[in-house]
Amino acid sequence: MNEKEVEILEILEENARVPMEVLADMVDVTVEEVERMVKSLEEQNIILSYSSVINWDKAAGKDGVAAMIDVKVTPKREVGFDEVAERIYRFPEVKAVYLMSGAFDLSVQIEGKTMREVAFFVSNKLSTLDSVLSTTTHFLLKKYKHDGIIFEPEQKDKRIVVSP
Amino acid sequence: MRQVKQKYVSKTASQLKPSGIRKFFDLASQMDNVISLGVGEPDFVTPWNVCEAGYASLESGYTAYTANAGLMELREEISSYLSEQFSLSYSAQSEIVLTVGASQAIDLAFRAIIDPGDEVIIVEPGFVAYAPAVTLAGGVPVSLETSAEDEFKVTRDRLKKVITKRTKAILFCFPSNPTGATMSEEELKDITDLIEKHDLLVLSDEIYAELTYDQTHYSISRIEGMRERTILISGFSKAFAMTGWRLGYVTGPEEIIGAILKIHQYTMMCAPTIAQHGALEALRSGRADLDRMKRSYRQRRNYLVKAFNQMGLSCHMPGGAFYAFPSIQSTGMTSDEFAEKLLQEERVAVVPGHVFGAGGEGYIRCSYATSIESLQEAVKRIEQFVERHAEKA
Repeated sequence: MNEKEVEILEILEENARVPMEVLADMVDVTVEEVERMVKSLEEQNIILSYSSVINWDKAAGKDGVAAMIDVKVTPKREVGFDEVAERIYRFPEVKAVYLMSGAFDLSVQIEGKTMREVAFFVSNKLSTLDSVLSTTTHFLLKKYKHDGIIFEPEQKDKRIVVSP
Repeated sequence: MRQVKQKYVSKTASQLKPSGIRKFFDLASQMDNVISLGVGEPDFVTPWNVCEAGYASLESGYTAYTANAGLMELREEISSYLSEQFSLSYSAQSEIVLTVGASQAIDLAFRAIIDPGDEVIIVEPGFVAYAPAVTLAGGVPVSLETSAEDEFKVTRDRLKKVITKRTKAILFCFPSNPTGATMSEEELKDITDLIEKHDLLVLSDEIYAELTYDQTHYSISRIEGMRERTILISGFSKAFAMTGWRLGYVTGPEEIIGAILKIHQYTMMCAPTIAQHGALEALRSGRADLDRMKRSYRQRRNYLVKAFNQMGLSCHMPGGAFYAFPSIQSTGMTSDEFAEKLLQEERVAVVPGHVFGAGGEGYIRCSYATSIESLQEAVKRIEQFVERHAEKA
């Protein structure tokens, strides 16, 4: 991967909405080149998706609960943790799965409409998987920062309009 | 009543012209929905670990004066930083003084070297405070005009023309505010024999030294024979996004720094203690943040300069700082007219070039220290403005 590609990834990670023409000027290549590079990065599964960080607390009409679940599992011969991780991440309510070091093995983030729905998922789907030994569910009370974005009411430019 | 009060104001103060930037600040701050390309400071907030160090210093009770020259620990850190980053060697004990921003360093330097009537060459277009600072110290500012053809660099011929028997010093700032121009080792070497021949001092404002995009900054003080006649001014505002902390420093030969320190101790006592603790942290752990900000400035520079050239406002590629300085001569307007109309018609604030002195007329200063979304919107509005006025012309 060359320097320009890394630069493109950094810019897109911060702001996926930058138009191709602007992106091309920013990294000082032609629009055709930048399009080709982005396409190739998508094909290589380096760019996986272009997402938005939404503050749902401020969006009326969509309530829900989220939880982070510490899961202890029994790894299987040859496939280790991968097989059970896949069994878990295939569920649509699961938003993220990480293999962790420390007191438990997998960290699973899930989202549901109600606490009851989350509880149902943990007790009936997650805990009943063969390899799962135990779960500890932590409900998420408030998001302060997510994916590097601070959930502040408003982050205004505090500079004066014209300065020397 | 007003006249009675006015009579108490000194001639020097009453003759000082208000900064042209002030007018645009007043105009722009009365309007809503203004996209500002008029700010001479980073759009990033101070890196968090630096802010934390400021809090921690208060919690630890560091609320008293420091030594006049500043915390020894910080001077030692600056000494190592200058050595590692720019291959400069200055003694923390006797050759570095912490100041209230680079602005105070400039004021102190002039007061330390100027006798009444001494001429100081100011490279223009340049920072608005240079010439008034010379006047306030009792000196005579002499403008050295640079031009776009020379990429706003100082050339030997231009320098030669403005040196007189009364010239004491030359002040320049590379990378430059407002042009973004930089000077390479070779270009600087081309003028140093003139400086030596006329026995001039150099005040080198290197506040933007970290913000160079195409080549590493080279300080004139590195050139043989120049260290003993160079006063180097810098600070934390631009590179570390610490403008409001007001912390700068001045380094140079011991004898001059000694004189500067005397004035500093009688006028300012010392730089703010909390800011000095923040600066210490900035030097120790701020490199990654600095690089991140610099990368972003370079990308925005590339975008903005290209956009200006595409819309017919010819703009040289600035090698440093965070300003583009496009020519607006093709519009037939003065820089004041252009900036004022642009502000009123399109709500984009830029600074007219003439406020930066000789050679600035016909240009506008546009800071790209603002988000890429704001730059895109500003470009759209400026483009509309230029097209509309081109149709009329």
